[in-house]
Amino acid sequence: MKIISNRISIICGHYGTGKTNLAVNLARDHARQGEKVTIVDMDIVNPYFRTSDYRKILEDEGIEVIAPVFGATNLDLPSLPAAMYLAFEKEGTVIFDLGGDDVGSTVMGRFREKLNGKDYEMLYVINKYRDLDCDPTETAEILKEIEAVTKLKATGIINNSNLMYETTLEHIEKGMEYARKTASLLGLPVVATVMRRDIASDYKADTAETGEIIPVDIIAGPSF
Amino acid sequence: MSEKVLMKGNEALAEAAIQAGCRLFFGYPITPQTELSAYMSKKMPKIGGLFLQAESELAAINMVLGASAAGKRAMTSSSSPGISLKSEGISYIAGSDVPAVIINVQRGGPGLGSIQPSQADYWQATKATGHGDFQLIVLAPSTVQEMADFVGQAFDLGDKYRMPVMILSDGMLGQMMEPVSFPDKGEPVIPERPWAASGHGGKRPHNIVNSLYIEAKDLEKTVVERFKKYEIIKKEEQRAESYLTEDAEIVIVAYGASSRVARSAVNSARAEGIKVGLVRPITLWPFPTDAIEATVPTAKKYLTVEMSMGQMVDDVKLVVNGRKPVSFFGRTGGIIPTPGEILEEIKKLNGKEA
Repeated sequence: MKIISNRISIICGHYGTGKTNLAVNLARDHARQGEKVTIVDMDIVNPYFRTSDYRKILEDEGIEVIAPVFGATNLDLPSLPAAMYLAFEKEGTVIFDLGGDDVGSTVMGRFREKLNGKDYEMLYVINKYRDLDCDPTETAEILKEIEAVTKLKATGIINNSNLMYETTLEHIEKGMEYARKTASLLGLPVVATVMRRDIASDYKADTAETGEIIPVDIIAGPSF
Repeated sequence: MSEKVLMKGNEALAEAAIQAGCRLFFGYPITPQTELSAYMSKKMPKIGGLFLQAESELAAINMVLGASAAGKRAMTSSSSPGISLKSEGISYIAGSDVPAVIINVQRGGPGLGSIQPSQADYWQATKATGHGDFQLIVLAPSTVQEMADFVGQAFDLGDKYRMPVMILSDGMLGQMMEPVSFPDKGEPVIPERPWAASGHGGKRPHNIVNSLYIEAKDLEKTVVERFKKYEIIKKEEQRAESYLTEDAEIVIVAYGASSRVARSAVNSARAEGIKVGLVRPITLWPFPTDAIEATVPTAKKYLTVEMSMGQMVDDVKLVVNGRKPVSFFGRTGGIIPTPGEILEEIKKLNGKEA
């Protein structure tokens, strides 16, 4: 089954695991396949490098961007636009990019009832290289905290283990092992593995293990 | 070295402090340094350390003074407006000759300003972080790896010279993520502090850590002694990176986040055959006069690039001392210059005769 097609997808995870970069890439890929795509920046915690910073890239692809009114401005004001309610009623593919950890994910809890009777998936993004102690137990624990505040259960894991420009195949392999351990602790499937586009093009995937391979470009973050 | 991980600059600062043996962190929240305090609040209790969110910036910096006077490695972090509030305490720390590490993840100013990255606290860090005759050693990282590396060095320099050391970072470096590794964990070597007020046990006269002098002549003597130490630091501790400066006719001087943008512009200009190089100060105080002096023979022009209205440019002019023209390009208020903007400035200078 292909993930995040014509449905509501909620992307959550520890902050800095690459949720925003993944969300922006996914939105762009789906738009390029002719789908109607809406991306919702639900982050009211992080001041920089957020989905709405890439509004122009996204809108140029015909993607609708819904973001906190004061996101990426100097007002540290956690207010949500009315348009966020409409996001749940949109046709096509809707991608919610949550803030990091339980703190950043809390916003989704506010909208929990809007998902009643709707087909959605909540994808937990993990990155082995965001964890200094490299401890799947702790990674599993963070999801429990996110589930508590969103009042939603994750449906799958996205393995986004990477070191940005320094990622090699060896990192991908070690990341898979980490994803396997985390998935087994959580009793969830690894539905996809994310790779930088140049790595993905040569990668011989055992999709039973990796899930769908999602090639991405590094969009989020400074360019110098 | 440990296996590389991805970290935000702010997290790398925090982890590096812990690895340098700092177990006492006193802070007060402010964007964009938040992740540093958040990291400390999660990690310190797990390793027997202390994270304390003080009632104010003033309280936090005075707790650092107290902890340091008692012989412990202590740190605080803030962003621009918070550093202004801490500046009285920083002056007391300098006047008490105790080491401490202070992190400034700069944002736009003056006043409440903005929460976007800035380098407008250069003057404050290098010339006037509080009242009185004193200096801080100021280190300016430009990568997340340097954020990690400089914290341990800051603690060591502080101990070596018994003075406060500031890491002058900015919101972009604090918030961005890059791969980083740490030295293999061993027990950090923390020098003895025989001067510390940590209890004499009846075996020696008591130590006094203090910045108040009853007699003016005693204060003058102490300050003069301190300035002799500063002269040694100016000789021994200057650090800078020189990039493509050997044959450079245009020399850019930039530190921290703006040096990353400048380097990118230097590469583009070199690809077009323009002889341009970059001097990146790593110590802002002591200012790396030697590295800039070394470029004077080949340089025809200097360009200082900062995320401010032009502050470090004064120090560049002091070194160049009228021998070559020094110009400035900057963006301020939280705006980061683009490589394209700097390339334009380089081309303008390249087209003009000296």
